[in-house]
Amino acid sequence: MTIDNSMQISFELNGSMRRARVEPHERLIDLLRDVLGETGTKEGCGEGECGACTVLVEGRAVNSCLFPAPEVEGLRVVTIEGLCGEGLQLSPVQAAFLEGGATQCGFCTPGMVVSTVALLGENPAPSASDIRNALTGNLCRCTGYVQIVEAIQSAAAKLSAGGEA
Amino acid sequence: MTRVVGTRLRRPEGPDKVTGRAMYVADDVPVGCWWGKAIRSPVAHGELLGFELDPAFDFSQVVLVRAADIPGVNVVDLIVDDQPILASDAIEHWGQPLLLVAAADQATLDAAVRAIDVRVRESEPLLDMEAAEVVFKEIVIDKGDVDAALASAPHVLRRTYHTDSQEQMYIEPQGAIAWPEAADGTVLVRGSLQCPYYVQRALARALDIEPARARVVQAATGGGFGGKEEYPSVVACHAALLARAAGQPVAVIYDRHEDLAVTPKRHPARVRHATGYDDDGRLLAMDVDVLLDGGAFTTLSPVVLSRAAIHAAGAYRCDAVRIRGRVVKTNHVPYGAFRGFGAPQVCFAVERQMDAIARERDLHPATLRKRNALRLGDTTATSGRLEESVGSEEVLAKILERTGFEDHPWCQPRPAAGRKRRGAGFSFFFHGAGFTGAGEVHLKAKVDVRLAADGRCEVHSASTEFGQGTVTMFTAIAAEALETGPDDVLVVEPDTGAVPDSGPTVASRTCMVVGGCLARACRELRARIDAHGGQGAEGSFRERARAFLAAGGDGRVEVTYASPPGLVWDDERYEGDAYPAYGWAADYVEVEVDLDTFEVSMERFVSAVDVGKAIQPQLVEGQIEGGSLQALGFAHIEVVGTKDGRFLQDRMATCIIPTTLDAPPMEVLLVEEPFSHGPYGAKGVGELPMDGGAPAVASAIEDALGISIDRVPATPERLAAAWLAAHPEEAL
Repeated sequence: MTIDNSMQISFELNGSMRRARVEPHERLIDLLRDVLGETGTKEGCGEGECGACTVLVEGRAVNSCLFPAPEVEGLRVVTIEGLCGEGLQLSPVQAAFLEGGATQCGFCTPGMVVSTVALLGENPAPSASDIRNALTGNLCRCTGYVQIVEAIQSAAAKLSAGGEA
Repeated sequence: MTRVVGTRLRRPEGPDKVTGRAMYVADDVPVGCWWGKAIRSPVAHGELLGFELDPAFDFSQVVLVRAADIPGVNVVDLIVDDQPILASDAIEHWGQPLLLVAAADQATLDAAVRAIDVRVRESEPLLDMEAAEVVFKEIVIDKGDVDAALASAPHVLRRTYHTDSQEQMYIEPQGAIAWPEAADGTVLVRGSLQCPYYVQRALARALDIEPARARVVQAATGGGFGGKEEYPSVVACHAALLARAAGQPVAVIYDRHEDLAVTPKRHPARVRHATGYDDDGRLLAMDVDVLLDGGAFTTLSPVVLSRAAIHAAGAYRCDAVRIRGRVVKTNHVPYGAFRGFGAPQVCFAVERQMDAIARERDLHPATLRKRNALRLGDTTATSGRLEESVGSEEVLAKILERTGFEDHPWCQPRPAAGRKRRGAGFSFFFHGAGFTGAGEVHLKAKVDVRLAADGRCEVHSASTEFGQGTVTMFTAIAAEALETGPDDVLVVEPDTGAVPDSGPTVASRTCMVVGGCLARACRELRARIDAHGGQGAEGSFRERARAFLAAGGDGRVEVTYASPPGLVWDDERYEGDAYPAYGWAADYVEVEVDLDTFEVSMERFVSAVDVGKAIQPQLVEGQIEGGSLQALGFAHIEVVGTKDGRFLQDRMATCIIPTTLDAPPMEVLLVEEPFSHGPYGAKGVGELPMDGGAPAVASAIEDALGISIDRVPATPERLAAAWLAAHPEEAL
């Protein structure tokens, strides 16, 4: 006998209300990628080590591979897809990553950009050390992090001159 | 004066990457796609007896592929035909694929995997490379009379060095999707890979089809570092065999655990040096013995050994050199390609040996390097003469000026300074660009450029983008040679159905070799357009290109690589010009070692690198910073151990790589000693930064603690043991 434990949830994803039927143990990343087709969020390890799956839940950066999907009921979720401006324009953080050489293979980039947005939401003028502390959960194997840290400083400077992350 | 080369272009594929729109293999799974997986050996050595299928599971909902079901040859095509796609009887390593399973959904696949029991007869595995008897490849390099030079040298130092394995840790795990044979007889594979034509050849042999009927398309690829050089052929063959059985597309996408447990990593190495030198530390004789653990199958080991042997004497001048290299078979998971390709192991050994000589002679390590560095006109260990583009003196001068290392009292007694000790270290090294010896001559890399109807120039090559910046670098070279802007260039997606074989995207060859072909092709195309319309004719590049096409001009140019004239290589004697050109570099590191935890913290890193010409300086710096951090990880925190033939670090939680907090501030000093046969003077840069970090860190730890570091990674456990051996009074 199979018992149906699934439940209906509704939550805000990138500004739109979404409904989905989820299992109690379902991971948020699977809901986002496999059910809702938002594949910008990446899975690099499935155990909360690499941060490629980072999304914002109520403005806080979380690993969507560890986050239970049912827990987003009634909450606001933002993924990399929700960060672009009008007409798919790059946000200041995305533009800074692109211009600053902070993306190489690109697989860590969505998570890295999302973590940066969370950081700048809390600390609009982070020092290099603040940035390194905030991004310690996002692994990048390509860059050595130098151009990432510089890009984030450049984005912060642009944002403090006016604009939204 | 160049107009595009040397500037900073935006990565053409960058907007897709920063917005999450780039399609990696797992992002683009077709409707109706099945999921596939390999059932693997639970033992490192033994015999496969069979499979027990649980009768409670309905196997009619899945497909199984056994070795006997392979229509073609049961080998993973590479250098030697010794690696089966699926074991049929003998099992040579833990995790060896034995049986393939696919199902319409993941849950059914997982249930099927649980319902299959593997029956094996286990035998004793051979896991100690020193005890190995099967030699995959042996290379001997001989220059001068080493025995006589060692016998007459005033001083001889003999030491042995070890480097452990290292995991590439591309952030996107391996994966491929295969489609069953289409109506036109073509099998399609889309995957995360570096070398589309390697995969094509592997598929053709496994499926027994013409290579042209195996179409391989590279998906956006989330890092490779060599890890996606040979292994994607295994993943692709598994997916294609399952797709053939299922009659459906099948995705084989590894999770991190499977990826870490079974994919090839850097070869563990043992390197023995006997070096003769005079009172001033001048090298008189170098006798080097290199041993690499190849694991269970040949894979790329012979070529890894080749690079290891050629680089084993370091970037130093010596008239008497003997290098004996061997790569042997064990029952470890096969080792394979990883950035540096044998050079990081031997560079560690020779640089530590140079530091040891410096200590013996009471010389500063920088002085010793300057005294012995290869210079223009010198001959390498393989007796090849360095005729041009030798930036050795300039990288040394630049880094020493920037860091003041020559004034640092390296390994001199200093007043003890509490429980945190600081040190500085240094390394000097080179790395050959392109395939070894006659490799490029045999490869005959091709590139073609074609004018599209809109007048844009399309670049067709099999060179892949996996972060290093191939697309941007090709765009810059093509725009420069066409004398137009980057917007008039379109680098097309590597698809064996549409691009020529430019050779694999490995060996620091993409810019120098393939980029060189591209520059030639674009110059020829520009000449044709100019000849049609008259040089400096009116209108934009695209207008002139369209007019040229409208007048019936041939807008397609294909170029095949030609080696620079005068290069001579004897593969039997391992003698001659091993590479057309070398990149030269020196690294400087400052560390702080905590005497209670033995953690090593990286405080500062500086690298001076001669790349010939930085086609895109931002990308080149990104390569050097990223490669150098991998080298620093190799030096002290990246641990890959084995037990009973199985990798102990098979999760990301245990197989650690540097985070933002482990990475020091880094400074890159670019040197440009142009190479006349490279595009705009460019040589290779991809692998070079992997070579020097580990010995520089070891040198800095030695400076901080006064104990010699002959093995990497220099983990806290190893440092604690070495420190306590030297300071027994501190033992608890």
